[in-house]
Amino acid sequence: MIGRLTMKETGIGETFGLGNRELRVEKVGWWQRLVELVSRNPLVFIFIFFIIFPFVVPYKALATQIIIWGLFALGYNVCLGYTGMLSFGHAAYFGIGAYTAGIVLIRLWQNIWFSLLCGLLMGGITAFILGYLCIKRRGIYFAMLTLAFAQLLYFVGFQWVDLTGGDNGLRNIPAVPLSIFGLSINIYTPLRFYFFVLVFVASSLLAINRILQSPFGHVLQAVRENDQRAKSCGYETSNVRWMAFVISGAISGLAGGLYALYLHFVGIESLYWTTSGQVVMMTLLGGMGSFIGPFIGAGVFLYIEDTLSVITPNWMIFLGPVFVLCVLFFPAGIWGTIKDLSTRRRK
Amino acid sequence: MEWTAIVMQLFTGLSLGMLYVLLALGLSIIFGLLTVVNFAHGAMYMWGAFAGAATIAITGNFWLALVISPLVIGGYGLIIERGLIRPLYGRDINYPLLLTFGLQFIMIEIIRIFWGTSDQPFSAPASLSMPLEIFGVFYFPSYRLFLIGITVVICIVLWIFLEKTNLGLVIRAGTRDPLMVRALGIDMRRIWWLVFGIGSALAGIAGVLAAPIRSVFPEMGIAMLVECFVVVVVGGMGSLKGAILSGIIMGEASSITTLFYPQMADIVIFLVMAVVLLIRPSGLFGKAGLLE
Repeated sequence: MIGRLTMKETGIGETFGLGNRELRVEKVGWWQRLVELVSRNPLVFIFIFFIIFPFVVPYKALATQIIIWGLFALGYNVCLGYTGMLSFGHAAYFGIGAYTAGIVLIRLWQNIWFSLLCGLLMGGITAFILGYLCIKRRGIYFAMLTLAFAQLLYFVGFQWVDLTGGDNGLRNIPAVPLSIFGLSINIYTPLRFYFFVLVFVASSLLAINRILQSPFGHVLQAVRENDQRAKSCGYETSNVRWMAFVISGAISGLAGGLYALYLHFVGIESLYWTTSGQVVMMTLLGGMGSFIGPFIGAGVFLYIEDTLSVITPNWMIFLGPVFVLCVLFFPAGIWGTIKDLSTRRRK
Repeated sequence: MEWTAIVMQLFTGLSLGMLYVLLALGLSIIFGLLTVVNFAHGAMYMWGAFAGAATIAITGNFWLALVISPLVIGGYGLIIERGLIRPLYGRDINYPLLLTFGLQFIMIEIIRIFWGTSDQPFSAPASLSMPLEIFGVFYFPSYRLFLIGITVVICIVLWIFLEKTNLGLVIRAGTRDPLMVRALGIDMRRIWWLVFGIGSALAGIAGVLAAPIRSVFPEMGIAMLVECFVVVVVGGMGSLKGAILSGIIMGEASSITTLFYPQMADIVIFLVMAVVLLIRPSGLFGKAGLLE
């Protein structure tokens, strides 16, 4: 594609019966073409990018952290971006996933696949139970309820010292080698662990992509756009939202499990409201309702945090205003704004 | 267990409930009129406590702090509404939530920068530090009695303001049907502005009142905010009657649980909320389908 066909408001066309408009071919810059290409095939570009990614960031552990949080934000985005439910309590599913994976590894069975599966399932089950109570109420109520129930789980985790280690966190999660096809591989070098996480990120992306393109995924977006209309088309919208919430919780649980493996430790703050706050900020900063947005958001957030926390412990004083400005002026987030700029007609 | 201990604990619960009532009232009137859930309400409560601490540090006068703090926080609320929340009217209902959510991070961080992360000392005025003896059996801390008394006074003043004044009439009408009020030639935006200020001032005064009985530190508002959400959800969103009743219930529930099973004290209000939601999804006094 060389240019884009646009219409321009003029006064000339009227006499020729073209209405008030003029057709013209507009030149399109290389970056606009790139943005268009990326937004058409987000998965391909994400995969290519993430294979190069660990070699361009300052250190590989940061890359791992970014894709784990990106995965969490991706799961969160199923809830906020694709279904339009603003949850302030996703720390619950992330934290539950992390604790479950850790506890399974310590007490039950030293198998990485099994522990992550448990993390994913527990994230989903928790979302299933809490979702039942939260989904009944929409909008503002939903936001408040999700926050309240996440805080409840935080207190439970805090008090249940025998299981979670309470304030000290869950320590000494064993570094179990990965067993695959009878081989036993040590994954605990920064680069290997990055690609191990990337496998899960990639499968989650493919799974979510599949779900969103299914009829169910279209109903999700219909619910986001117009709940009443979706309802009058015969869809039980509260069940649809509940399902989306469970999927979102399961992916958050998986991200939590990966985070537990990455740190060999689960802190009580993984259940705290700051964790929920971070994922909300990442998703909004990056741009909700897309595959790329959450990863951009996670990347920007963690990179700023990483750079600033060396200088000052009060790094939030910079990120907070960025977030507020983003809500005020760029509600579409970084990726959404880039996309808007590239497709905006020139005046 | 001594029955006097139970009565004392009920009394402590009532004073905790009063803090919930003050905060929940602020949340509720802002929500009822503006349909904005102020996620920075907890941070305003915290700022109220710090503004009080600063006033006391400078003047040494608790009563002055009790006056200055709500004025400062109320004024701050007016600025926030004008500068940050007003541009978001007419947009998706989630944006004011997100904005105030981000705002509380900034507010907490500012306090951390100037005061550090440790607890601030804040003692009740000397005239209220002696326990009050009743029948020679009960020793009620007089500060808590004062807290209960002043909350009752505030509730009554608020009730008179809303029910008996012209402005209160406009506010109530605006809660029902803002479009109609506007058609009658009243600038709703100024009313919203004012109500946001009043709500913030209530958070500020709750902060000063809470300071002597709860510790003063930058994150003190977080747990309080969540608890007030619980109170408001149980009472029914936007209902002032509900906020008062549910605030007292929650204060008592938490206080009584502390006596019998302290590990559950933080959790019990959430269980009450879950039960209420299962039985009455719109809360005790909530209207079904409000803003859904």
